[in-house]
Amino acid sequence: MVGLVLAMFVFVVHEGWPSFAHNGLHWFGSGGNVDNQIDAIYTSGNNATRAVYTFHAWPLIWSTILIVGGAVLVAFVCSLFIAVFIAEFAPQWMRSVLQPVVRLLAMVPSVVYGLIGVLVLVPFINNDLISAHAKASVTPIITLDGYSLLAAVVILSVMIAPLMIAIFVNGLRAVPRGWLEGSLALGINPWRTMWKVGVRTARPALVAGTVIATARGVGEAVMLSMVSGSVGFAPNPADGLAFIYEPSRPLAATIIDNIDQLTSPPMRHTLYALGAVLLFSAALLSFAGWAAKQPMRRYGVLA
Amino acid sequence: MSAAPAIAAAPMPPAAPRRNESSASWRVTDRLGLAFAWFLGILFCLITGAIVLYLFVQGIRYLRPSLLVTNPTAGYSESQTGGFLDPLVDTVVIAVMSMAIAVPIGIAIAVWLSEFGRPSALARVVESTIEMLAGTPSILLALFGTLLFEAPWLGFLSRTAGGVVFGRSFFAAAAMLSLLALPLVVTSVREGLQAIPSHVREASYAVGKTKSATTRRVLLPAARPSVLTGSMLGLGRVIGDTAIVVLLLGNTLTNDPSGSVPILSALRGTGSTLTSYVYYNAPTGDGDQPGKAYAAAFVLLLIVLVLNIGVDLMGRRGKGLLWNS
Repeated sequence: MVGLVLAMFVFVVHEGWPSFAHNGLHWFGSGGNVDNQIDAIYTSGNNATRAVYTFHAWPLIWSTILIVGGAVLVAFVCSLFIAVFIAEFAPQWMRSVLQPVVRLLAMVPSVVYGLIGVLVLVPFINNDLISAHAKASVTPIITLDGYSLLAAVVILSVMIAPLMIAIFVNGLRAVPRGWLEGSLALGINPWRTMWKVGVRTARPALVAGTVIATARGVGEAVMLSMVSGSVGFAPNPADGLAFIYEPSRPLAATIIDNIDQLTSPPMRHTLYALGAVLLFSAALLSFAGWAAKQPMRRYGVLA
Repeated sequence: MSAAPAIAAAPMPPAAPRRNESSASWRVTDRLGLAFAWFLGILFCLITGAIVLYLFVQGIRYLRPSLLVTNPTAGYSESQTGGFLDPLVDTVVIAVMSMAIAVPIGIAIAVWLSEFGRPSALARVVESTIEMLAGTPSILLALFGTLLFEAPWLGFLSRTAGGVVFGRSFFAAAAMLSLLALPLVVTSVREGLQAIPSHVREASYAVGKTKSATTRRVLLPAARPSVLTGSMLGLGRVIGDTAIVVLLLGNTLTNDPSGSVPILSALRGTGSTLTSYVYYNAPTGDGDQPGKAYAAAFVLLLIVLVLNIGVDLMGRRGKGLLWNS
């Protein structure tokens, strides 16, 4: 088991190494159009001439940061409120409704979310939310057709919120009852008590849940490739409100979009290099989650 | 679910259960916060309800019995592209295969971690590996699987042509999907085992049973609800995954067997599951037949709903192991 995971690291990094080696740190930088670079890399593998490796992944990384960051932010706030609600304030019937609902949302396949996004949310954004003015303002650069940051963030936050809620609720439940009762006995109302004592005690669980949800978001390929627009474009905050309607494409979605190009050796190395970046961020996040849980274990708060 | 009722039932003075306390005396901001929590909770239910209802409506609109018994064909309109018999069958085959790998290994790892756990350094490493695996995106497992199963010595598991191993087959996909389900199985079984009080083990030792007999005869039967819960959660993950299936199952429209041995050839060949079928038929995919995609998504959702209800029943029997761990 351990060997398998180690082998995964070695294999993926080894296979992606040529791409890093040719680009150096520019790999992570910006410059040129990523889609054109991908095309050049792909065709250079077919005609057996000198392989092209030039690749600047910044638009993909930027898109990942924006989409996952946005979704985690939205989902965190909502999940925290819902978790506090479930753990303390919801009446029994509400709780027995919310519990299966959360689990169901966590189990719905990502491709189903993607389908709903593509067929419902994207047309809605295109027809009703994007003004003609916004479209015109960025016409020379990019077409706005509903496949957007906004759609990706909304759907991704619905996808990762259940993960967060489940972990947050567990954390809040693990807070020793006496600590809350103590605060209540001082005449502090239950809502304040929950936030000042409960949520603060459960902070490690909040971090752990957020980390897991982030990992899920970073690795989400299928849904994001469907709704994000799949254009190697870096959304520009300077565009004002039109910014959230701009299409992009995160790292994981890039892999699955170009998967039939694995036959071209330089493209293959490039895709595995993308995979290696994902793998390292997953490993880092997993480590962060582990580190976040430590204080909780020390106090014996975590079950 | 047991926490609140347990506290309510504890021998406390009958003075005001807090749940009935009015929030009238709270500050405005606190009451707004509570209202916001209510709003989000209801919104969350509404979103779920809307997703399920919408897919039901669209599913009933597009799902015809004929879709379930015909195979997909290439075509340009909804009437030409056939149904999804093969994806449906393949979903079941893949699910059975990967659970057949994941459940035994998962139970074994969980038992070892929770009951034996020696050498403890190795146990800690395995534990963090499982956590790491749970956080690994499925697209990475798919990339890794492509590398692994293109290795010549695993060539017997997929199609080979002129010494080049194709590396895409049911075996490859099921093996990688089982890695996806494994952490869920391990976590759930482990929680189930740890929830068994130690006096149960001691009673078993006291009547002279060995450690392995205790595990087999006493602990595993007692942990059965959590084994089932873990398996169903894992199954949900396996059925819902798309990236691994698209990469490692070949994503061909119909089953494309390789070789001449009846069953083995099919398993060495390529195919597609419901998820990759939906992906293919979404407007962003190559097929672009939204009606078919809706119908397949509806079937997928039905499977997930059934699994969810199963987990619920198990959880109730196992005193809410999933939620109250």
